[in-house]
Amino acid sequence: MATDLPGTDVVVVGLGAAGGVAVLPLTQAGLKVIGLEAGGWLGSRDFAPDELRNNLRNWPQAVQKAAREAPTVRTHDNTTARQGGHPMMNAVGGTTMHYWAQSWRLNPWDFKVVSETTRRYGAARIPANSTVEDWPFGLEELENYYDKVEYAVGVSGKAGNINGALNATGNIFEGARAREYPMPPLRGSMFTELMSDAARRLGMNPFQGPAAITTEAYDGRSACLYHGFCNKGGCHVRAKSSTAFTTIPKAMETGNLEIVTHAQVTKIVSNSGGKVTGVEYVRGNEVYFQPADVVLLSSYAYENTRLLLLSKSSAFPAGLANHSGQVGRHYLSHHQGAGVQALFPGNLNNWYGLPAQGVAVDEWADDNFDHSELDFIGGGNLWVHTDRRPISAASMSTFDRAPNWGSQWKAFIMENADRSNSAYIQKTTLPYSHNYLDLDPVVKDPLGLPVTRITARHGENELQIAAFTQEKMEQWYREAGAIEVNRSNISNTMGASTHAYGGTRMGDNPQTNVVNRWGFAHEAPNLGILGASVMGTSGARNPTLTVQALSWRSAEHLVNNWRSITS
Amino acid sequence: MLETAPAGPGSSVTALLLGRIMASNDKDDPAIPSRRNLLKSAGLLGTIVAGAGSATHVIAAESSPGNQSSPVREALETLSSAEADTLEAMVDRILPSDAAGPGAREARAAHYIDRSLASDHASSRSLYAVGLTLLNEHALQTHGLDFHRLGAEQQDAILTAVQNDEIPGFNPSGAGFFSMVRSHTIQGTFSDPYYGGNRNFVGWDMLGYPGVRLTVSESEVAQGENLAPNHQSAYDSQSFTKTQAGRTGGAGRGN
Repeated sequence: MATDLPGTDVVVVGLGAAGGVAVLPLTQAGLKVIGLEAGGWLGSRDFAPDELRNNLRNWPQAVQKAAREAPTVRTHDNTTARQGGHPMMNAVGGTTMHYWAQSWRLNPWDFKVVSETTRRYGAARIPANSTVEDWPFGLEELENYYDKVEYAVGVSGKAGNINGALNATGNIFEGARAREYPMPPLRGSMFTELMSDAARRLGMNPFQGPAAITTEAYDGRSACLYHGFCNKGGCHVRAKSSTAFTTIPKAMETGNLEIVTHAQVTKIVSNSGGKVTGVEYVRGNEVYFQPADVVLLSSYAYENTRLLLLSKSSAFPAGLANHSGQVGRHYLSHHQGAGVQALFPGNLNNWYGLPAQGVAVDEWADDNFDHSELDFIGGGNLWVHTDRRPISAASMSTFDRAPNWGSQWKAFIMENADRSNSAYIQKTTLPYSHNYLDLDPVVKDPLGLPVTRITARHGENELQIAAFTQEKMEQWYREAGAIEVNRSNISNTMGASTHAYGGTRMGDNPQTNVVNRWGFAHEAPNLGILGASVMGTSGARNPTLTVQALSWRSAEHLVNNWRSITS
Repeated sequence: MLETAPAGPGSSVTALLLGRIMASNDKDDPAIPSRRNLLKSAGLLGTIVAGAGSATHVIAAESSPGNQSSPVREALETLSSAEADTLEAMVDRILPSDAAGPGAREARAAHYIDRSLASDHASSRSLYAVGLTLLNEHALQTHGLDFHRLGAEQQDAILTAVQNDEIPGFNPSGAGFFSMVRSHTIQGTFSDPYYGGNRNFVGWDMLGYPGVRLTVSESEVAQGENLAPNHQSAYDSQSFTKTQAGRTGGAGRGN
């Protein structure tokens, strides 16, 4: 039997990118918040610049709860899903501890894929079987919340559009923003200059991407020291603007946030009236029930769906907030394969680069170019960065110039370890009726609860974008002087992803969406859902900042509508 | 051992001489060849070692006869001595010691693998047992000698056959076994020396990687591989070590 705990105003399930932001406006408004986090606290001493531990042994993710409930994956309904890796992170701060920290706003088109495509090219250009909808609001609605988050956590970058005034040192394709970023972008390097010059020669507009990394002293934290171990490593000087270093400590200062670490939530409890009453969680060998007036579910996209489907009750026999059958639907993840690798004739001096220190080109993203004569919609943001470490450098492609072992191979890597580069292309991904999340019928976690099952494959539209953007990327590398360019094979596989979206999509229509335009469940009004699971489109950029802006917005809505939401 | 060991990459003579060089606790010990010194020496000594086919001779030539410090102690934690002999020879062919400088053998990649099979790679232990045994059995059947006693060309021919799945019995395949050992050899050569490989930073020096640092200026980045290597393990920094472990020092030396 669960031990009943004293009630609270709000319980937040997961203190990562989303929940870690939401707690700030909630507690500043005076609400009493209990944050349940499956992981613990990590600090500066945990973040050693150790490639083997961080990148190959996958510490600390490999030893966490999430590792024992990794989703299973399959491409089609009639095949058996297999458990693989997982992108989730159990820690106060969640994935913001060790992510690349790229902090993009979505572009205006991403909110209006259906209406804008229809207006410009006709409705027939929406891919068959896609369940894509316009968002219930446009970028203008979210601008204020992007701004709040950029300043609250500390994002560096260069604005390309302030109130309609374009600045070509930033992204001229971004939507209008009210003001400049709080800090200038990360510094450039010989390589970023090389690539920027090449982009300009091709008539493109290169710019340094935005990053949740300090570039000057900010809010009591040091500026980035550029030691170069951001990728799956935390920051030893807290220059990476994780929620664990920013919004969460600020929320704690209010005295209104209580954090319970190592708490594994297993069920969101609901009553016969269809309202949620709190959550059950396991900590050590004990089971607790934490009553709350409002539950904010802010675990990862896979876990948000899983917890709803596990939280069956008499009022919700098909899973919480799932009368419509929409929980788990409209799943998508970025097509992160299909990279492009280049070999240059000289050293690039990238040994201490950061994955967020690089150059972006947005000409081929979204609807920034004419698709009239093309057979796809959307596109990709081309991104090259300076990240390099020794094991990954030695593991580089030989570009068919050497065997992959022996003295010739050794000579090759000795010469070329600092001469390669891999582009990272974020691409539009759409939701399809055949892509979804549900509970695996066989594979269970150590508590006996089924894990999430991913059934998904990339569609023809996504594969076309991949081929198109690879070609653009090769042109860019060649212009910069690359002597070899490899394009990775394009596959339709969609494994568990760090950029997973959907499952609890946001929209005005309760027949096709789980949460309303404010992020609260259509069917359970005092249940809010935070995270990329509410996003119906991915855009061609990393999700975290949009997740955080939406979380802030949902929290503020809760504060302003407390009475009606809890009545 | 000294009397019976044949000369060559697998010889105990070489290991003993190597041990002398690798034994120093002092990072500033001039007896430890830096990457650039070693490359320089390799060039200078090129005529001497021509035909010898192994940089271990270069290292041996550099070793001061007066250096009597004892070798670094290495226990086998998971592998049998026969398995270790085969593995040492295999990693040495994957990333050889040659005229261009030291390789996986000097980095102690096999020592790294032996230790990792007790921890992170424990699930691969049986793959190593089967794979290394098959490799050696094949050498005995075809040449009448243990794999590690064969010449480099014979070893390479056998490894090529393994990689091409021409020798039966590997689980799941010869190519899979080769690929696994290659990956682990890379880890053992280029990871932080804390884990028992990359001894004396030979792996990082090989690539021109100037080493982990906690802060890097724009001008340091611009120096690329010409930035003087700092030869520090992440765990030589008090920022990341437990106080007691830090006091003993020498994470960068490997152990």
